[in-house]
Amino acid sequence: MRDQRLWTWHVLAGLVILVFLGLHMTIMHLDIIFGFFNPGDAKPIDWVSVVGRARMGFFTVSYVVLLGAALFHGLYGLRNILFELGPARGVKSALNVVLTVGGVGLFVFGAWAAWTAGVLARSL
Amino acid sequence: MTAPVNVTFRIRRYDPASQQPPAWEDVTIPYTHGMTVLDGLRVIKETRSATLAWRSSCRMGVCGSCGMFINGHPRLACNTQITELGTSLVTVAPLPNFDIIRDLVPDLRPMFDAHAALMPHLIRDDVQEMYEPTGEYFQTPHELEQFLQFSYCIKCGCCMAACPTMATDPAYSGPMPLAQSHRYNVDSRDGGFGTRKQVLATEKGPWKCHYAGECSQACPKGVDPARAIQLMKRQLVFDYLRLYKQPCPSKVVPKPTEMKRRADVPEAPAPTL
Repeated sequence: MRDQRLWTWHVLAGLVILVFLGLHMTIMHLDIIFGFFNPGDAKPIDWVSVVGRARMGFFTVSYVVLLGAALFHGLYGLRNILFELGPARGVKSALNVVLTVGGVGLFVFGAWAAWTAGVLARSL
Repeated sequence: MTAPVNVTFRIRRYDPASQQPPAWEDVTIPYTHGMTVLDGLRVIKETRSATLAWRSSCRMGVCGSCGMFINGHPRLACNTQITELGTSLVTVAPLPNFDIIRDLVPDLRPMFDAHAALMPHLIRDDVQEMYEPTGEYFQTPHELEQFLQFSYCIKCGCCMAACPTMATDPAYSGPMPLAQSHRYNVDSRDGGFGTRKQVLATEKGPWKCHYAGECSQACPKGVDPARAIQLMKRQLVFDYLRLYKQPCPSKVVPKPTEMKRRADVPEAPAPTL
C-alpha cells in the first residue's frame, strides 16, 4: 500500500508544481502581458517587486507549498531511479532514511528562509 | 525485399550441461517460398543440428510458445516471415530478461508466477454460482469493450522481453501479468479489485513502468499492455483518493428458455467428458 500512497502523492505534487510553476512563469516571463504582482513599471526581478511579493502572505505560503511539492516529487523520482539499480534491501532502507531526512531538512531550511524573507520584507 | 536464395541463421546456442557460455552458431540453408523463422529452425534441426532446442506448438501465432529474439526484436518465430526481415541474415536468440534453459528456450516460470500472483481470474462472492451456474453473468457490449483487447494476450513473453524496466528491476511484475490483472479488474463480471490490490499496491505493481511503450510495440497480437498499466495506475490513484468505486459485479440472468434451435443448425454432440 505504501507504493500506492507514494505514487498518488507524487502525482498530486506534480499537479501542485504545474500550478505554481505556471504562476511563476506568468509573473516572471509574461509580465508585459499580465503584469501580475509587479507594482508600477517595475520589472519582475526589480527590488521593489521582489519585496512587494515577499510582503504578501500568499507568496510565503506558495513558496513553502511549492518547495514541499518539488522536494517530494524530485526525491521520490530519485528514489525510483536508485531503486532500479537493484540495491540490496538494507541499502534500500538506508536510501529511504537518507532521502527522507535530507528532504525534511531541506524543507525546514527552505520554509525558514521563505518565512524570514517575509518577516524582513514587512519590516522594511 | 526479393526472396533470398539462401538464408543464414545466426543462432544463440547454450547447453548448460557443457558448462560453456552461450555462443553464436551460423547455419546457412536454402530459402523456400513462404518460409518463416520457425520453418527455418525446423529445417536446421532436421538436416544440420539435431540438438538445437526451442519451444513451439501451434505454428499459427496462437499458442505463444515460440517467442524469440529475432534480429533484435522479440517476435513469434512462427509469425515472422524471412522476407519481412529485409535481410538474409536471421539472428535468433532466446527472449531477453529471462534465464536460459537451453539454446532458444527461456525460463518463463517467473512470468507465470507473477501472473498467478495477480489472480487473473474472475473473483466473486457467489462461489456456488461460479462452479454450478444457474444462469449467465450479464454483460453489455460496452462492458465487453473495456477488456476485450487485453484478453487477446497469448502469454508469449515478448512484452516482458521488450520491457526496459524488466531488464533492471526483478521486483517488477512486468507488462503481461499487470495487463492481465487489469483485464479482470475492468471486467464487469469481476469483483476482485480489492483482493488484487493487495499485490498491485506494493512494489510489484505498475509504479515502475516508465511508459516506454516497448511492450505494446512488441506484442504480436496487438494488445496494448502499456495502456493497461497506465489505466491501472489511474485506477489505483483514484482508489487511494477514495474516488474509485468498484462496480457491483454483474448480476446472474437466467438462461433463456424460449430460444429454439434453427432447423438448419445441427444439434450439438453429447459431451465426451
